[in-house]
Amino acid sequence: MTVRVLLFASYADALGQSELTLDLAEGSRVADVVTRVREMAGGRTLPPSPLLAVNATYASPGAVIRGGDEVAIIPPVAGG
Amino acid sequence: MSAARLTSEPVDVATLIRDVTADDRGAVSLFLGTVRNSNEGRDVNGIDYSAYDAMAVAEMNRIVDEATQRFEGVTILLTHRTGTLRVGDVSVAIACAHAHRSPALDANRYVIEQLKRRVPIWKREHYLDGTSEWVDPSGRPAEVAQ
Repeated sequence: MTVRVLLFASYADALGQSELTLDLAEGSRVADVVTRVREMAGGRTLPPSPLLAVNATYASPGAVIRGGDEVAIIPPVAGG
Repeated sequence: MSAARLTSEPVDVATLIRDVTADDRGAVSLFLGTVRNSNEGRDVNGIDYSAYDAMAVAEMNRIVDEATQRFEGVTILLTHRTGTLRVGDVSVAIACAHAHRSPALDANRYVIEQLKRRVPIWKREHYLDGTSEWVDPSGRPAEVAQ
C-alpha cells in the first residue's frame, strides 16, 4: 500500500522536500513511517519520536495506517 | 457563530470585534499576539508563519469547540495569520464574547494556551543580522540550523 507523507518547517528543510510517497506493508504503523523517513538522506536530524498525525488528527506511533492515509511528521509547534 | 480560520491577509481586528459583539453579550475579551522585536537576546525584524493548513484549521476548531463547552454561552472568533509578518503585525487574534466577563476572559486564556500547545503552525524568525531560524518553543536546539 502507499501512503502520503507530509513534512513541515525544519523537517522539510532537513529532507529537502515537503511531501513524499512511501510503499509500506499492510498493517504498518505510523512509527514505521518515521523509521523509513529517518533512513533517507537528511532524515537522521528528525527525532526518533516526533509528533505525528494521520489524516489531520494527532496519532500515536502505534496507530495502524491504511493505504491512502496522509501521515504528517510534525516539528515542535510554534503558533501564536 | 463561533469559528476559527487561517488567513494570509492582515487580521481585521475591528471586524472581529464587531462580529463577536451582540446585544445580549455584555463582555468582549480580545487577545492579540503580535510580532516582537526581539527573542532570546536577538533582534528580530520579521517572522514567516507556515502551517499544516487543513490540520491547523481542524485543531483550532476543536479548541474552540472545547472552550464553548467549558464556558457555556461563550462565542469565540479565532484567526491566525500565515505568511511573512513584520514587527508589530498581528499573528493571532482571539475574540470571546459572553453575557458576563469571567467566561469571556477565561475562554480567551484557554484558547491561546491550547493553540500554542497543539496547533501545527511554525515560525521562522528573521534577525537584523540577516540570519533566520525555525523557532522551537520546546527549548531543544533547532534540529536544522539555517
